[in-house]
Amino acid sequence: MSTPQSGPLSDSDLKGTNLDGQAAQALRARRVTQIYVYEAPVRLWHWLTAASIVVLAITGYLIGSPPSTLSGEASSHFQMGWIRALHFMAAWIFTIGFAGRVIWGLFFGNAWSRELFWVPFWKAEYWKDLLDELLVYAFIRKEAKTTIGHNALARTALFFCFTLTGLFMIVSGFALYSDGTGIDSWEGRAFGWVMPWLGGNLSTHYLHHWGMWIIILFVMIHIYTVTREDITSRQSLISSMTNGYRIFRDDRPD
Amino acid sequence: MAVLETFYDVMRRQGITRRSFVKYCSLTAAALGLGPEFVPQIAHAMETKPRTPVLWLHGLECTCCSESFIRSAHPLVKDVILSMISLDYDDTLMASAGHQAEAILDEVMEKYHGNYILAVEGNPPLNEDGMYCIIGGKPFVEQLKRVASGAKAIISWGSCASYGCVQAARPNPTQATPVHKVILDKPVIKVPGCPPIAEVMTGVITYMQTFDRMPELDRQGRPKMFYSQRIHDKCYRRPHFDAGQYVESFDDEGARKGYCLYKVGCKGPTTYNACSTVRWNDGVSFPIQSGHGCIGCSEDGFWDKGSWYARLQDVSGFGIEATADKVGMVAAGAVGAGLAAHAAITALSRARHKGDDTQ
Repeated sequence: MSTPQSGPLSDSDLKGTNLDGQAAQALRARRVTQIYVYEAPVRLWHWLTAASIVVLAITGYLIGSPPSTLSGEASSHFQMGWIRALHFMAAWIFTIGFAGRVIWGLFFGNAWSRELFWVPFWKAEYWKDLLDELLVYAFIRKEAKTTIGHNALARTALFFCFTLTGLFMIVSGFALYSDGTGIDSWEGRAFGWVMPWLGGNLSTHYLHHWGMWIIILFVMIHIYTVTREDITSRQSLISSMTNGYRIFRDDRPD
Repeated sequence: MAVLETFYDVMRRQGITRRSFVKYCSLTAAALGLGPEFVPQIAHAMETKPRTPVLWLHGLECTCCSESFIRSAHPLVKDVILSMISLDYDDTLMASAGHQAEAILDEVMEKYHGNYILAVEGNPPLNEDGMYCIIGGKPFVEQLKRVASGAKAIISWGSCASYGCVQAARPNPTQATPVHKVILDKPVIKVPGCPPIAEVMTGVITYMQTFDRMPELDRQGRPKMFYSQRIHDKCYRRPHFDAGQYVESFDDEGARKGYCLYKVGCKGPTTYNACSTVRWNDGVSFPIQSGHGCIGCSEDGFWDKGSWYARLQDVSGFGIEATADKVGMVAAGAVGAGLAAHAAITALSRARHKGDDTQ
């Protein structure tokens, strides 16, 4: 929206007018626009995945480094049993959610719901936006352009640290799960190739463990950036993932 | 096809009369709960079914596989090598030596071409044209390739032949190479372990002799009947694992009570073998039962997969010993500090532009 003034109104501009003495800020109120970006299944998936990641990371860590030993009869405890059961249950929620999210994105969802499945690295615009966004985070550029879906940097981080890492965790996780269900189970048949490929059972545990740390670091950065963007950027972030609407705080051109 | 020696031939050669042989067949039928009409069938089988010739070669190895093999209780190893199979060449067990021994190898290879089983203990080192392991004046890899060319099937005894084992641990100076990477055109049965369990070794041979076919193998080429479950799955200490009761150190109360050895590095949960069911020395015990964690000796590359006394593999390349958790926590701390600093700069930069709502 273009304003008739060459610059924003200040209180001194109102001197001598019938508005003298009033704050100029109210006159500069902008048109607020919003777009429905995150459809209900996407929002539901987001929060289910977030909850399952919390459970998976805590129980997964405890499987690698169990709590102190318990005294008494073995028959009166089932601590590691419960830790593993919770891990497997959360893993199923994560996996079914992941599969459902792929189906939604491919067949039902809007254009923005497909953004996390690839990165358009063949487009010059993508690299320019990525650089601009990096410069904003380095405090060199003042502000980034608004985006309806994800900005280029967010999309890149999502694709590598969430989508690819998450897929790796599902595949390596089911391969490890087949340890318990046996090589003739469907998990063993479908994912038995994974462990020899990754260099054995112990190496698979090890890489699965690394995957957890990549996702933990991603979650930390994710929560920080959405909070920061929600406060400082020209568009809404956190509320968008609860009500689905992306609200733009101005309608200036980029 | 060359004529193979049958059980009957062997018995006659050892001085047993035809009359005694028929008596033996009757007794065998009775022992198996069969009627008298089966006696001629048994006699026929004994007279016609050939004993499989086995050539047992030794490469770069420690002979622990042979040591284990000769302790087999079910079946007794004497029954295996004297009755079931015809162990024609095994330089650590045979009486003859030198040229005599090598002559037997050539004779069997020629006579039973395409019909003998090659059992390999140890592996060939390929560096320096195989000069790190010399048998009868020639590199072992040459003997292996020569004998393998006429074999019906190959059994890779132990982790050396199956995966490389200690001599293939990083940096593997002799380039010790498992058999299946040298012999590419023959079926290879891997029987890993350092050593494999005696009953597993004789079990594989008994199966092949009785049913005249290879046992069903898993994806890695191991017989499913012995290697399809983890030690952890059938471990008698498993209830302590599920309960959350662990040995924290080897001299604590938990160690005395026989708790789970998971925290002191037991590799039972990542090792496929039959130790917790078959056990060792006629079922007397196995490592976990004697209070020490499994070291995972039947798994590929177990020498290079970190400490035997730690659950989590160390991260190499950081200059210090650290687990994935330590590195991960340091990374999380660094990222957290970075984010806090970033937030502070963001807040400062916004404070400077306070009231300037074009920002």
